Amino acid sequence: MPQPSIMQGPARKNSKLKRWLKLLFRSKTGTVGLVIVISIVIIAIFAPWLAPHEPNVIDPVNTHKPPVWMEGGDRENLLGTDNLGRDILSRIIYGSQISLLVGISSVVLAGIIGILVGLFTGYFGGFLDTFFMRLADSFLAIPNILLALVMLGVFGPGLFTLILVLGVTNWVQYARIIRGEVLSIKERDFVRAAKSIGVKHRNIIFSHLYPNVISSFIVVATLSVASTIILESSLSFLGLGIQPPQVSWGTILSDGRDYLATSWWLATFPGLAITITVLGIIFLGDWLRDILDPRSVK
Amino acid sequence: MNYFLKRILEIIPVLLIITFIVFTLVFIAGDPVALLLPEDATTEDIAALQAALGLDDPFYVQYGRYVMNMLQGDFGTSFRYGEDAMLLVFERLPATLELAIASILVAIMIAIPLGIWSATKKNSSIDLVATGAAVLGKAMPNFWLGIMLILIFSVTYSIFPVSGRGSFAHLILPAITLGTGIAAEMTRLIRSSMLETLGQDYIRTAKSKGLRTGIVVYKHAFRNTLVPVVTIIALQTSTLIGGTLITETVFAWPGIGQLLIQAVNNRDMAIVQACVMVIAFFVIVMNLIADFLYQLLDPRIRYK
Repeated sequence: MPQPSIMQGPARKNSKLKRWLKLLFRSKTGTVGLVIVISIVIIAIFAPWLAPHEPNVIDPVNTHKPPVWMEGGDRENLLGTDNLGRDILSRIIYGSQISLLVGISSVVLAGIIGILVGLFTGYFGGFLDTFFMRLADSFLAIPNILLALVMLGVFGPGLFTLILVLGVTNWVQYARIIRGEVLSIKERDFVRAAKSIGVKHRNIIFSHLYPNVISSFIVVATLSVASTIILESSLSFLGLGIQPPQVSWGTILSDGRDYLATSWWLATFPGLAITITVLGIIFLGDWLRDILDPRSVK
Repeated sequence: MNYFLKRILEIIPVLLIITFIVFTLVFIAGDPVALLLPEDATTEDIAALQAALGLDDPFYVQYGRYVMNMLQGDFGTSFRYGEDAMLLVFERLPATLELAIASILVAIMIAIPLGIWSATKKNSSIDLVATGAAVLGKAMPNFWLGIMLILIFSVTYSIFPVSGRGSFAHLILPAITLGTGIAAEMTRLIRSSMLETLGQDYIRTAKSKGLRTGIVVYKHAFRNTLVPVVTIIALQTSTLIGGTLITETVFAWPGIGQLLIQAVNNRDMAIVQACVMVIAFFVIVMNLIADFLYQLLDPRIRYK
């Protein structure tokens, strides 16, 4: 028989963390995901110390050097060098900074817009709701990458615009999910009770609705960091995203594309980096969904 | 039928909002007069051309004129090609449609067997491999997969041409590139939909009658799985078209994507507008068709 719990605040928090970790290690993919994501974050933060070379230093003597395990490769450039003699490993290490920065900050931006729109339209309904949902429909009719392309064409490429553009193009999915949740939660007794005793709308939205919708946001947001990283690399690949001297996995790939016949490693490794990162985030996101959303069935 | 009338009427504000978004972006982009005139043009020349093109009118006048022109089928003239923008888009449309349809076929050929297989053998090694492949398909950037396919099948083994459009061989690599990305999502959906159907009472009845597993799976279960499959194909139009944009660039496929990306780089806004409108209209119509098919295929669903 379970003992009645008399644990106080900190202890209970501790046990919750323990329970989470237990759940995490039970899921193999979740563990793998967490390990990958933590590694990438560490690589991004400590890039200047981890990278063996400066990412943009040109070395005209050592161009197109193959990776270490191939003939002609050496330990100086583990993954080889590109057409300008730049170290591929160092460029990939620095590229992780851009991927994470763009991925996370644009999802946060889209999340802020989406959560606010979802909370207010779901709670108040009426004209505001109709207007924003039509606006959402319009955004959904234009593929994300198309809208991002057009906006980058108009505002010019670059890191800051890229984050802004990806944030603005992605708010719709959050708004729709949050709105849907709000529509069902606002009919629940505790919200009705709060309303009937005269709690202000603002307080209902932020103290009663917001805490109840945030977990579904976290799940979707984690997964969309993954798709945003792919989108960022695609736009950079097309030349409309990150501009040199900043290094993005997409731009390394696009540089390498011209040398497929002679130096296959230029286009191969940055793509692997994207795939592994995205895979880690997807695994982590799926695991988060399992623990945060009790309705999800495995 | 009332529901669909309502849905069709809802398209009008959506299209209007899209024109507004696109026009605002183009307006912010600034007028193309500087690009049209020679570099030594005087300020008077620029002002004269602006006035002639109506570019010195206030925002709302220009927007109104833009919508009115569009209603008459005039989407503007490309500054670069000097031709009707919509005509240029329509010229490129067949190539994009060809790629899109081929990709859907590839996706169906991968996803249906894989989805059914992994659902009927849940938690087996086949299921694990199929689910794993689906996740990997989602994690791999499309353009990278395309480049890797070129590296293997064109550069190293010269089985397929590197790029361009023409013969059937040209179509294979781009269609696989785009198709596998869509197959990933489709496999997951067919699997979960099949699992749901396989748990239904009528499947148990069919099985207990002593019908062969093959017949139960294909005749009883799979047919009912088709509803979500058809819907997902239609609803993935947006993803599909987004994918063609980048796949076309990788394979130098002469479709809308290539036209659009060149136009964005050249600031040829008439073409950009025409592309966005055509794509958006296409996505909206496909979503409507998805709704319609959903109801047609599953009589239990009735919209109010």
